[in-house]
Amino acid sequence: MEHKQLISRGVLVWGVLLFVTWILSRYGIGWAENAGLNWIAEYPSAWVVPLTTYISAAMNWLVEDANFGLFTFTEMTRALSWVIEQPYLLVRALLAEGFMQGSGRRAVQLFPPLSWIAVISGVVALGHYARDWVLAALVGAAFLYLAVFGQWESAMITLASVVIAVPIGVIGGLWLGILAYRHPLFEQVTKPVLDLMQTIPIFAYLVPILFMFGFGPVSALVATVIYAMPPMVRITTMALKSVDPEIVDFGVMTGCTQRQMTWRILVPAALGSLMVGVNQVIMLSLNMVIIASMIGAGGLGFDVLASLRRLDIGGGFEAGIAIVILAIAIDRLSQAFAERSTRMVPSVQGNTVFARHPRSTIVVVIMVLAFLFGQFIPAIQTYPEGATATTGAFWDDGVKYLNVNFYDQFEAVKIFFLSNFLLPVKRFFLGIPWVWTMLMVTALGWTFGGWKLAVLNVAMAGFIAMTGMWEKAMITVYLCGSSVVIASVIGIPMGILAAVNDRAGRVIAVVIDTLQTLPSFVYLIPVVMLFRIGDFTAMVAIVLYAVVPAVRYSAHGVRSVSPELIEAGIVSGCTPRQLLTRIRLPLALPEVLLGLNQTIMLALSMLVITALVGTRDLGQEVYIALTKADTGRGLVAGFSIAFIAIIADRVILASARKARIRYGLESVHD
Amino acid sequence: MRHLMNTLMGATAGALISTAALAEVESTDPIKLTLHDWSGQLINTQIMGSILEEAGYNVEYVQADYIAQFAGLKTGDLSLAMEIWATTGQEALDEAVATGKVVNAGETGLQAIEEWWYPLYMKERCPGLPDWTALAACAGEFSTAETAPKGRYVGGPVTWGGFDDERVKALDLDFEVVHAGTDAALFAELESAYQREAPVILWVYVPHWAPAKYQGEFVEFPPYSAECYADPSVGINPDLAYDCGKPRGPIWKAAWAGMEDKWPGAYSAVQAYNLTNEEMSAMVGEADLDGKSIDDVVNAWMDANEDRWKGWIGQ
Repeated sequence: MEHKQLISRGVLVWGVLLFVTWILSRYGIGWAENAGLNWIAEYPSAWVVPLTTYISAAMNWLVEDANFGLFTFTEMTRALSWVIEQPYLLVRALLAEGFMQGSGRRAVQLFPPLSWIAVISGVVALGHYARDWVLAALVGAAFLYLAVFGQWESAMITLASVVIAVPIGVIGGLWLGILAYRHPLFEQVTKPVLDLMQTIPIFAYLVPILFMFGFGPVSALVATVIYAMPPMVRITTMALKSVDPEIVDFGVMTGCTQRQMTWRILVPAALGSLMVGVNQVIMLSLNMVIIASMIGAGGLGFDVLASLRRLDIGGGFEAGIAIVILAIAIDRLSQAFAERSTRMVPSVQGNTVFARHPRSTIVVVIMVLAFLFGQFIPAIQTYPEGATATTGAFWDDGVKYLNVNFYDQFEAVKIFFLSNFLLPVKRFFLGIPWVWTMLMVTALGWTFGGWKLAVLNVAMAGFIAMTGMWEKAMITVYLCGSSVVIASVIGIPMGILAAVNDRAGRVIAVVIDTLQTLPSFVYLIPVVMLFRIGDFTAMVAIVLYAVVPAVRYSAHGVRSVSPELIEAGIVSGCTPRQLLTRIRLPLALPEVLLGLNQTIMLALSMLVITALVGTRDLGQEVYIALTKADTGRGLVAGFSIAFIAIIADRVILASARKARIRYGLESVHD
Repeated sequence: MRHLMNTLMGATAGALISTAALAEVESTDPIKLTLHDWSGQLINTQIMGSILEEAGYNVEYVQADYIAQFAGLKTGDLSLAMEIWATTGQEALDEAVATGKVVNAGETGLQAIEEWWYPLYMKERCPGLPDWTALAACAGEFSTAETAPKGRYVGGPVTWGGFDDERVKALDLDFEVVHAGTDAALFAELESAYQREAPVILWVYVPHWAPAKYQGEFVEFPPYSAECYADPSVGINPDLAYDCGKPRGPIWKAAWAGMEDKWPGAYSAVQAYNLTNEEMSAMVGEADLDGKSIDDVVNAWMDANEDRWKGWIGQ
């Protein structure tokens, strides 16, 4: 009983605080101005620390003057760049461009790239090796699609960068993860760095990367690796920690050295989980395709950008869908490999090479034959252009049809949302005096995570105020906050539906997979055409992207409620409705909160993309910095976004943990 | 793998041989030209590239962002950028030239025009156009639900500058300025409105494919002068600056400062190179509206203008 009272008191206190905030938001600034206390209403510009200038100056020094005695900083990064570039050029030549003699346009092709037939037979063999003929047919069809729809060459360039970025991300992540596992201190240091790597928008550090690694695909690869590696590090550390202690003891007893322990015992035992990390790295690398193409990666991402620049919506959609197809093929393959690594596969014995390696032999034979015949029949070497299909006109006409016939309806919906939801929320957030916001953020931290979280929150919110980003940060909070609310209202019920109804679940899964891998750029321009430039358009784009985790986590949460508890509910006579509201939903709450957390992260990561529509938030600040090649400005705005994300993340994780403790799913001392 | 290595070794050896064979140019290192994502620039750059190839130089195209490319031009990672618009890139170009690592290689001959632009069907609804005073009178015709009774003007990305917010105030136009985030978003608005014949007025620049695809006109503001921007007392409004139209300006070529030493012949060809707005608009239309490939458009120009470009490379 006592416990219950405590909660309701907490709710009461927060209710009062919210009311006070609302009052302050409406009248606070007026009061402060009347009282002559302007500094309370608005952060005084005289107090702004010119961090932007410092960072830019430091960057200039690093690139132009920094010297380690034997070599300069730039020479070091350029050497690194060269090392990464060599394998990339090799793979790109093999898949897309062929081996050239000489450089530049004068180059003569010595050796053609692998023929499309050879590549398709290669992935079919991989699919069969990893699982079965069904998978083989799926990936084969996916790659055939790329050829038939005329996306082959671009897709192979994109594939080449994935083929290079993923191993770097996986090996680097594995290595850092193992270090973090061995040295708890190192883990403490890397944790915040990983948080920043995942939350600072890529645009913010693109300029410094260009300075360091030069123009071209290598910079794009480096940016991709920075973005895609963190999950690998986290999963590695977690997977190694959860290896059965008995296995570890066994290793100790047999006298393993540290190296043997890691590579012979821990890593093989954790292989299943590690492959989940690999899968994450692959998916995140594919997410980067568009942004990487802005700095010279080429491939499908560039096709999307260039098509939309011409307002060729159909062309943009086709290239975007090619990215989705490529992502699905690689994702299914890597998942199959993950599963394969955890089950025992009998090794094949035989006397001939063919008997031992049937698939590799067939693929090599096809490659050679395709090369030989390709010399005489061009269609074998390169998929014939005349036989390609296109759906471009369909998308163009579809958008035009919607625009001409349903514009008024769209407009009505938009006006409704703007006047009843977005604008009031915006006024609310922009009206709160900054001092009060700081207090509230601190109080939130203290309530859910004790003094540590409170201090962290003050420091981060303080950084945003000190660097003069306050107003843009509030617009960011308003835009993301509204979008997260809408995404949750749509996503959580969808997730629950997917969990309780199998057929709906399958349809929803396809929608969610597509939304996750389709580059948001593809639907941004049609959304602008239907809703015009403005906050509503930005919100639609953010919701489309950020709804994914809301659906996924709530579905997972509802599905993973222990069957015994449900059984107990049925025995005690619950109706299906009661089962859902009394048992499934409360127990799924921690998962739903985690989904909310991820929704916020994705919403914030979309900001830079919505800046391309025309918003006035931190995303715009980052984008302006990119176009002006201003390192300091971009990083300061990027850090501000990251800090908003981290504050939200910590508060939600802490409250999710409280919820788990309340439902007895976790003990207080964990 | 061994076979592959042999191929690569062969390629390297081959490159050395070809170096000897092509000794007539100063260096066979590839001259790196930057490509952006609009057709006019691609055409411009590839014509320049083809001319340099005809002169015996080795040319490589690199995809790069419009402003971010200056980082590469300063270090010599990139050699040449063919379109720096005085209207949007002047600040970045001046900054780069001031470092001494980038040089302005002269005009391309193309003149950038940027101004408020409306589709022809709006002229019926606001008969006084293209004179700007008509805008003040019929702002309501350009209004939308969010801005009514004010008109709605879609400006370019804030990074383009343009002083439209100031212009609206100085000329007392009853318009609200909405900034698009990118070029693509800007023209998406036009496409959407044009399909429905809905009111729209926005920032259009030429050379661009839009004026070829959509029928319309630029608004005629009081002509630009430097004083009008700098001095409030000049112009129609005695109290505010920016009471005139936007400046028009050349499109520059920008090169890495080391280019002139490394490839003097190529650099002088770059300096000599020029096109006209009419030529460029026609080519952009062929590429973006008639669906011709950039290569075809470039080759057609090369065939038709052989005497011109041979003069630039001194043949």
